[in-house]
Amino acid sequence: MATFAGLYALLALGLNLVWGMTGMINLGLVGFYAFGAYVSALLTKKAGWPMPAGLLAAMLLTAGAGVLMALVTARLRGDYLAIITLGFSEVVRIVASNEIWLTNGSDGISGIPGPWRGQVSPATFNLIFLVIVSAAVLVVFAALQRVRHSPYGRVLRAIRDDDQVAAVAGKPVIAFKVEAFAVSAAVLGLAGALYGHYTSYIAPEGFVPLISIYIVLALTAGGTGNNVGAVVGAFLVVFFLESTRFLTGGLPGLKPVQVAAVREFLIGASLIVVLRFRPYGLVPERIPRHATPGAG
Amino acid sequence: MTEVAQLLVNGLVAGTILAVPAIGFTAIYAVLRFPNFTVASHATIGAFAGYVANTAAGFPAGAAVGVAFLVAGVSGVITDEVVLKPLRPSGALTAAIAAVALTIALENVIRFIWGNDLRGYDLPLRRDWQGAGLRIGPQQVENLVIAVVAMGALFLFLAFTRTGKAMRAVADNPTLAGIKGINAEMVARLVNFVGMGLAGIGGMLLGLDTSIDPLTGFRVILSVFAAAVVGGLGSIPGAVVGALAIGVAEELSLLSLAPAYRTAVGFVAILLVLTVRPRGILGERAF
Repeated sequence: MATFAGLYALLALGLNLVWGMTGMINLGLVGFYAFGAYVSALLTKKAGWPMPAGLLAAMLLTAGAGVLMALVTARLRGDYLAIITLGFSEVVRIVASNEIWLTNGSDGISGIPGPWRGQVSPATFNLIFLVIVSAAVLVVFAALQRVRHSPYGRVLRAIRDDDQVAAVAGKPVIAFKVEAFAVSAAVLGLAGALYGHYTSYIAPEGFVPLISIYIVLALTAGGTGNNVGAVVGAFLVVFFLESTRFLTGGLPGLKPVQVAAVREFLIGASLIVVLRFRPYGLVPERIPRHATPGAG
Repeated sequence: MTEVAQLLVNGLVAGTILAVPAIGFTAIYAVLRFPNFTVASHATIGAFAGYVANTAAGFPAGAAVGVAFLVAGVSGVITDEVVLKPLRPSGALTAAIAAVALTIALENVIRFIWGNDLRGYDLPLRRDWQGAGLRIGPQQVENLVIAVVAMGALFLFLAFTRTGKAMRAVADNPTLAGIKGINAEMVARLVNFVGMGLAGIGGMLLGLDTSIDPLTGFRVILSVFAAAVVGGLGSIPGAVVGALAIGVAEELSLLSLAPAYRTAVGFVAILLVLTVRPRGILGERAF
């Protein structure tokens, strides 16, 4: 469970870089997550690559997909990016379900290698993986925190608040947007790849659009624009998911499909409620301010 | 050769039906300036409303489509009023995010009531008509007629009635329309009613051909986006042109691709059009 919270934290951090800091939308998070998972799973299982190489390849290829989508929509209103990312997540699912020779279709890929899996007890394996995911979260968090406090992050925020002003100030807005989107996509791909190695099994049904909602909910509840908020939100959402499982489990007289429907409804509804009543989240963004060297 | 001609016929029929929800999506975009992804759930709601009218109340398909329009339209107005309208001041993208959450919530209301099973409409069995080596089902023709009538009614409404003109005015220039005393809120409600109603008709027409389940709307959403974007987001004639193009392209893709990839064709079409001609075939003018 903590490992899942870590994976969601990675996704929320990735989303925060584009949505929270740059103001670009990505409604197809689950598509990037799935893409990364499949790339790494296929390379390690079928081509026998070591896991770090698989992770790296997943990050690079997901970033490439992100660059393509960001470039195509670079000059257009954000709505187009919303449409195209949502479309991308569907296409990934269609391809994963139908290229059976490659992805095994809806049966999914099983037996994805994990570090020391089989050589240690399952409990130890979970612990090892928790350490790996925590390390990934820490590294990404530290890197994005660095971006946030750097002049680069300032430009991203300027683009978010008004990209015309940023352009007038001489910043190459499109380049910044594409770079931010690529880095974010890489983080999403990394999370997906780790997910595959952790569970050892991936299938198209595991990558439903609802996951994108979880992540947007995590970031919005935690605090859009804020890396701390992203991580806090991810833990909150996993806690919320687990508690709705517990609560709806106690509803008498409902069929399993109805229980699932109630849970999904609650998740969609809570995102709407948070957007409406707590739009800045629990940890609202504070724009970092630094003393100008030499001033005063 | 006949195979291509058959696919063209199928594509034009499919495109005409696709045009109905695509018009709904693009019309709402034209007036409210955000992509309202709840067209997916409202297509499903329409399909199920028509299903109830058809199987429980015994309406024929043509009358059940009217029920689909009304129920989806009313749901569109209510959910917009309660959920999306208060969020629009926070920006188009916030509203778009909320729309995705809303569409999942609504889809699960349907799932709660009817479950995940595939359901079929109660339709008379009829033999396909054949001629010149081509075949077409009577149901396809009926769907085509319903789609054309719905679109014709919309065009007449927008072109000749006072309310229709007011809608176009708001889409064209909201500030100017406001100065002229047009009540933008009423127009917003109206466009939601008509747009989501059309999505409902679209969902039901798709279901008449096959079967329905809670994901009916979500499955077609990529083609709807593609039709709207290819034609020019916010342009109603564009949505029709785009839908016909997507319908034909999806069918012709069967010549070289597996049927499952039909919807992926739409995504490729979006990428191509945005790269070559970002405003779509007909540009962004609403009407």
